[in-house]
Amino acid sequence: MSRLRALRRLVSSAAVSPTPPPLARSVTYMPRPGDGAPRAVTLISGDGIGPLVTDAVEQVMSAMHAPIYFERYEVHGDMNRVPDEVMESIKKNKVCLKGGLRTPVGGGVSSLNVQLRRELDLYASLVNCFNLPGLPTRHEDVDIVVIRENTEGEYSGLEHEVVPGVVESLKVITKFCSERIANYAFEYAYLNNRKKVTAVHKANIMKLADGLFLESCREVASKYPSIKYNEIIVDNCCMQLVSKPEQFDVMVTPNLYGNLVANTAAGIAGGTGAMPGGNVGADHAVFEQGASAGNVGKESIVEQKKANPVALLLSSAMMLRHLQFPSFADRLETAVECVISEGRVRTKDLGGDSTTQEVVDAVIANLD
Amino acid sequence: MASRILRQLIDNRQVVGRGFCSQAPIRATLFPGDGIGPEIADSVKEVFNAADVPIEWEEHYVGTEIDPRTQSFLTWESLESVRRNRVGLKGPMATPIGKGHRSLNLTLRKELNLYANVRPCYSLPGYKTRYDDVDLITIRENTEGEYSGLEHQVVRGVVESLKIITRQASLRVAEYAFHYAKTHGRQRVSAIHKANIMQKTDGLFLKCCREVAEKYPEITYEEVVIDNCCMMLVKNPALFDVLVMPNLYGDIISDLCAGLIGGLGLTPSCNIGEGGIALAEAVHGSAPDIAGKNLANPTALLLSSVMMLRHLNLTDKATRIQDAIINTIAEGKYRTADLGGSSTTSEFTKAICDHL
Repeated sequence: MSRLRALRRLVSSAAVSPTPPPLARSVTYMPRPGDGAPRAVTLISGDGIGPLVTDAVEQVMSAMHAPIYFERYEVHGDMNRVPDEVMESIKKNKVCLKGGLRTPVGGGVSSLNVQLRRELDLYASLVNCFNLPGLPTRHEDVDIVVIRENTEGEYSGLEHEVVPGVVESLKVITKFCSERIANYAFEYAYLNNRKKVTAVHKANIMKLADGLFLESCREVASKYPSIKYNEIIVDNCCMQLVSKPEQFDVMVTPNLYGNLVANTAAGIAGGTGAMPGGNVGADHAVFEQGASAGNVGKESIVEQKKANPVALLLSSAMMLRHLQFPSFADRLETAVECVISEGRVRTKDLGGDSTTQEVVDAVIANLD
Repeated sequence: MASRILRQLIDNRQVVGRGFCSQAPIRATLFPGDGIGPEIADSVKEVFNAADVPIEWEEHYVGTEIDPRTQSFLTWESLESVRRNRVGLKGPMATPIGKGHRSLNLTLRKELNLYANVRPCYSLPGYKTRYDDVDLITIRENTEGEYSGLEHQVVRGVVESLKIITRQASLRVAEYAFHYAKTHGRQRVSAIHKANIMQKTDGLFLKCCREVAEKYPEITYEEVVIDNCCMMLVKNPALFDVLVMPNLYGDIISDLCAGLIGGLGLTPSCNIGEGGIALAEAVHGSAPDIAGKNLANPTALLLSSVMMLRHLNLTDKATRIQDAIINTIAEGKYRTADLGGSSTTSEFTKAICDHL
């Protein structure tokens, strides 16, 4: 059973009290000698609310005395490309935490978020959308992980004007990329004890492109007979998400549909301000706000310092687990969940009116 | 809801003064379709009779053989009928499986040049879903975009699919969106895009929308990135009014909005073609398992026929029928099985006629 679900049961069953209940763990994590040496993590603060929320993570990490230290770099969405020194740092550290980078619309600058994913070959984007206990939403029983192909599809960036007034954009689907994302999705499900993988597609219209994607998913599905596999067309999928989200478990999608499905799923579970996620490849991992990484919030939120740090805090907990510091990850998650379930300190998108700093202080106060 | 209907009445001034009994009947093409299609089409005919709507139906059925002139099961006569009458109503059609012919929907779209698909989504009072305050319209470009069908295998294992955006098609659908907003008294039009990634294609779409927006200064225009749009729709659908989008996003968003109000069984839809052709349709399936059993829910087709009437400027009749449908569902006494009740199609239809 997922740790988060176990924690949720614990938190909801205990009476709401200022100190979190002790963690129930059956066997301990035995580290190798030297595992506690501090790890370097590249930190990109980003644009808009980025600096606010990454600062929140830094504060909480130092309050926990977590064995990581951040190498900070300035990157902004209107730069032409990600600076070489930042890429070097990420390749050395293998792990990065970043705030959103705002891509100017129609500005001729290609998205740095996408560039980063391509250059580091972070081919899987993962968003975990689940109901946070104590946060009222219209839908219950949401626990969906959207795994989205991150490098090709509609985001290939291959566009050109054929004649004035007619523009073409190429969507590229390859067997290689479809296979590896399907492999990742099923492997994730297997390692996390998930029961079902759903492939999202539009192969009734895009028969060759999405047909190839589905073929790859079916091949991989046959190698995991204990995991249920089904397919759903993307428009029906969105309709089902808003009416019966409990039927979905792990979803694997090509690039564009993954964007829409992840945002819809995050929206029904509480909003993109609260859902964690990350991008992972064979060699590197970049953790950021789950869905909608290009959304860096409104000016007013930045000025009033009322950005929601929950998504990035939970993503940094994912990162701690990825770095094999499970106890710190658990402490951080429990603290955040306690703050949310108490309900006194919440930012505007979750129905409250607190500032980022107030949320950070509450999380630090709730740390075990 | 009431204020919206009032706005429509005030804006459609042409209808005032037209005597209904002296009006010549308008001819409209009717495709009952397959499965539950004929039953719900009968329902529409009954309600129209009871409301004295001056429509004369020309019924056409999908053939069993491929017509070489249209390369599909739809005959040339059927298409000519729609072209002549300029309005039509279409029930659910099950595309027969097989190769060598075009799908029925594709045939209609290409032959009649149906460039915009309009779906109003509003919460039906009395039918409770998780969302109570939905009142928006999605207008989707219907001819190009990602659904151009131009795909090919470059080498083994690599497939390319073309997304085409043209100035002409984008201008056309943007014009219709703003025109619709103006004639129906809507305040705001939002263009949905992903131009931060697809800069040239969605960028062209946005440019066209902005050009048209300048001609309608009284309507607020905004642009929303599609991922934000999805999130906002599921958190707070009251934020949106009229949405205009290219083909793929439109497909997904319009189905998402249908899900917000209760599913495809309750959603009206209308396709607009060049030269003012309007083909209203029910977007749900043909439900062969309940065909002929008098259990089908005719709401989607009825609401689509109301859209057809509004297009014909028969706003009074349209409003009467729409109110009757909404009141019947709100009352709760007569509801079909899919809405949680136990009435038959005919009982439900009769209840609507009584409410007129």
